[in-house]
Amino acid sequence: MGALCNHALELTGLAGDTQSRVHRLDPRAKILGLVSVTLVAVTTPLALWPVYGACALVLTAFAAAGRVGPRAVWRRARFILPVVGILVIFLPFVRRGGAQYDLGLLTAHEAGLAVGATVAVKALIGTIGAVLLGATTTFPEVLRGLEALRAPRLFVLIAAFMYRYLFVIVEEVGRMRAALVARGFRPRNALQAGAIGRVVGSLFVRTYARGERVYLAMLSRGYRGSMPQLMPLAFGRADTAFVALVLVALLPLRVASGLAA
Amino acid sequence: MSCAIHASGLRYSYPNGQPALAGVDLHIEHGERVALLGPNGCGKTTFILHLNGLLRGQGVLEVAGLDVSHKVLRELRARVGIVFQDPDDQLFMPTVREDVAFGPLNLDLDGEAVESRVREALDSVRMAPSAERAPFQLSMGERRRVAIATVLAMRPALLVLDEPSANLDPRARRELRELLERIDRTMLVATHDLPFAAELCERAVILAGGQIVADGPAADLLADSDLLARHDLELPAGFDLAAVPRRPRPRADAVAASAGER
Repeated sequence: MGALCNHALELTGLAGDTQSRVHRLDPRAKILGLVSVTLVAVTTPLALWPVYGACALVLTAFAAAGRVGPRAVWRRARFILPVVGILVIFLPFVRRGGAQYDLGLLTAHEAGLAVGATVAVKALIGTIGAVLLGATTTFPEVLRGLEALRAPRLFVLIAAFMYRYLFVIVEEVGRMRAALVARGFRPRNALQAGAIGRVVGSLFVRTYARGERVYLAMLSRGYRGSMPQLMPLAFGRADTAFVALVLVALLPLRVASGLAA
Repeated sequence: MSCAIHASGLRYSYPNGQPALAGVDLHIEHGERVALLGPNGCGKTTFILHLNGLLRGQGVLEVAGLDVSHKVLRELRARVGIVFQDPDDQLFMPTVREDVAFGPLNLDLDGEAVESRVREALDSVRMAPSAERAPFQLSMGERRRVAIATVLAMRPALLVLDEPSANLDPRARRELRELLERIDRTMLVATHDLPFAAELCERAVILAGGQIVADGPAADLLADSDLLARHDLELPAGFDLAAVPRRPRPRADAVAASAGER
């Protein structure tokens, strides 16, 4: 179970040169910059390939500055990309229009192919943007950035506690599974799987009880309904420059190609 | 600040009506180190939750010079530090540093004061090098020490520990005991680890059936095997109580000085 946690840790932790300029940027700058790349990509109509190219260029430059290699990006992105892949594979057959390509049982449509390709590119840009944010910013920093950007406080709190207790719960699941297996549990049909239901039930009760204990521990240390901040974030000149650079690289192109189309 | 804990006729029943505390009478002076002994389920944790007002029963309860009531909860929680049994319940922030800073920040201290308190607390439990790590990366013994630091950072007048030696291997347990011995505070240690109590505390009380049934020097109480047996407690076989150095009760003037330090 420790191995699983370490694996998960590796995939949520920093990658690349952790002292690089990009890593040291204010989390708000990175969130704003990378979210705007994704927003530009998502709102760009079909076939405006120069805009997508510019997005890819910004992401590549960002990764290069942080020395986040393609392998690190792939290791993290591979969990999300299959979901995108499934969607993209179906689109050419569902969306009709334009030329038709007969593939035996199925018929692919040109319009579908075009939509599929742009969806794939948009998803790829969004995914890599998120991966790069995660590779250059620790999760607690992302949360602090979100909170400073006025994301709903409750949402940030839930994410923070999820991050903290996910590993505790995963370990608990591992222990319960070990206890089942140790007593010879090997479900051969759906009826025998009922034990898993009881495991989930008792896990829910345990997690709920833990939640109460954590809350008591928080009250004991003077919690009054809002999370205090240890170090205030500092949005410096480098951060402004980074966001400005991203916007200058993308917005004129996006607006120009929008007008042309 | 007249006394560390003064409870008289303290009663509490669980919401389902089952009595948990049936008139607890306990008086603890500043500077004392008291072991609160009792088997599982005797009401130790319930009593502890009363000490900073997380639970409210009937009867008289004064802690760290404050009458436990709604009005003084903030001040009370600053003066009473509770270290809970499971460090995973206590360490809820993403990093050790942020967790230790949580309490001082809630006291509305400024950044520099928070920073120095965090450093001081982590130093005193020898966990300063782990400040940037996440709690789940630490061993059980390390988590326990950080949990103690989170409370020390609030500079409480009274330190309350719930089963501090639970789930620790012998070495981590010894290190924890040595660490607690160096901490100069009034301490209430709830445990059923009797050797741990004998080595750390000069006074012991037994809580059974929701009442204090025995109160005296730890060495005397723990030597009375009939008394222990009556309350489902026993020393491990082969443990030599005589080999544990006797701790004198703290002198009243030294106590007053350490109480005034806050």
